[in-house]
Amino acid sequence: MILTLSELLITISLMLAGVFGFVGSFGLIKLPDPMSRLHAPTKATTLGVGGVLIASLIHALMIEGTPSFHELLITLFLFLTAPVTANFIAKAHIHRHVEKADLPDPSPDQSWAGLTIGEDVQDDAEASDA
Amino acid sequence: MIDYAIWFAFACFGAALLMNLWKIVTAEGVGDRVLALDTMVINAIALLVLFGMSNGTEIFFEAAMIIAMLGFVSTVAYARFMLRGNIIE
Repeated sequence: MILTLSELLITISLMLAGVFGFVGSFGLIKLPDPMSRLHAPTKATTLGVGGVLIASLIHALMIEGTPSFHELLITLFLFLTAPVTANFIAKAHIHRHVEKADLPDPSPDQSWAGLTIGEDVQDDAEASDA
Repeated sequence: MIDYAIWFAFACFGAALLMNLWKIVTAEGVGDRVLALDTMVINAIALLVLFGMSNGTEIFFEAAMIIAMLGFVSTVAYARFMLRGNIIE
């Protein structure tokens, strides 16, 4: 009974993981502009890998009888690093392709990450002259 | 039942890897290529863990961990190079 239940759990999480991984990479091709393309891989693929790792955790614990926690380590690492990489790629995109005039105004003491300080200072100086 | 699910996941992540390769070939800018490479690394981790699961061994987890770390560091290095034109200033 417990064996069947754990088999069911492993199967469900593997199916979910496969679908999420596929959708994530399909979105990378399908979505129209770079900022929305950023959504598909970073979110869906992290869920996909998370599903595979959960399946592997249950597999090692229930089927093979040797509990292992390496998977949790990989999951934790991926969950920590995926937002950081997404943030870096978004910053690089803003730096290369977006003009400052197209962005909404940041709050008074701050500026947009990815635009260099020199540009902001120059713009502020021009604004105060005018 | 588990075997079928593992093969299904293999097929999904294999197709995902091929789509990432297609994106790397046809992307317009360097930012999309870096994003596709990052996704490729994550899919490769999933494939490695699946392979270890289907063979019933544990030795692939170290490989998956190392690929995860290297993927993160290399993506950050690429993004930093795009942002500053330099990696270590």
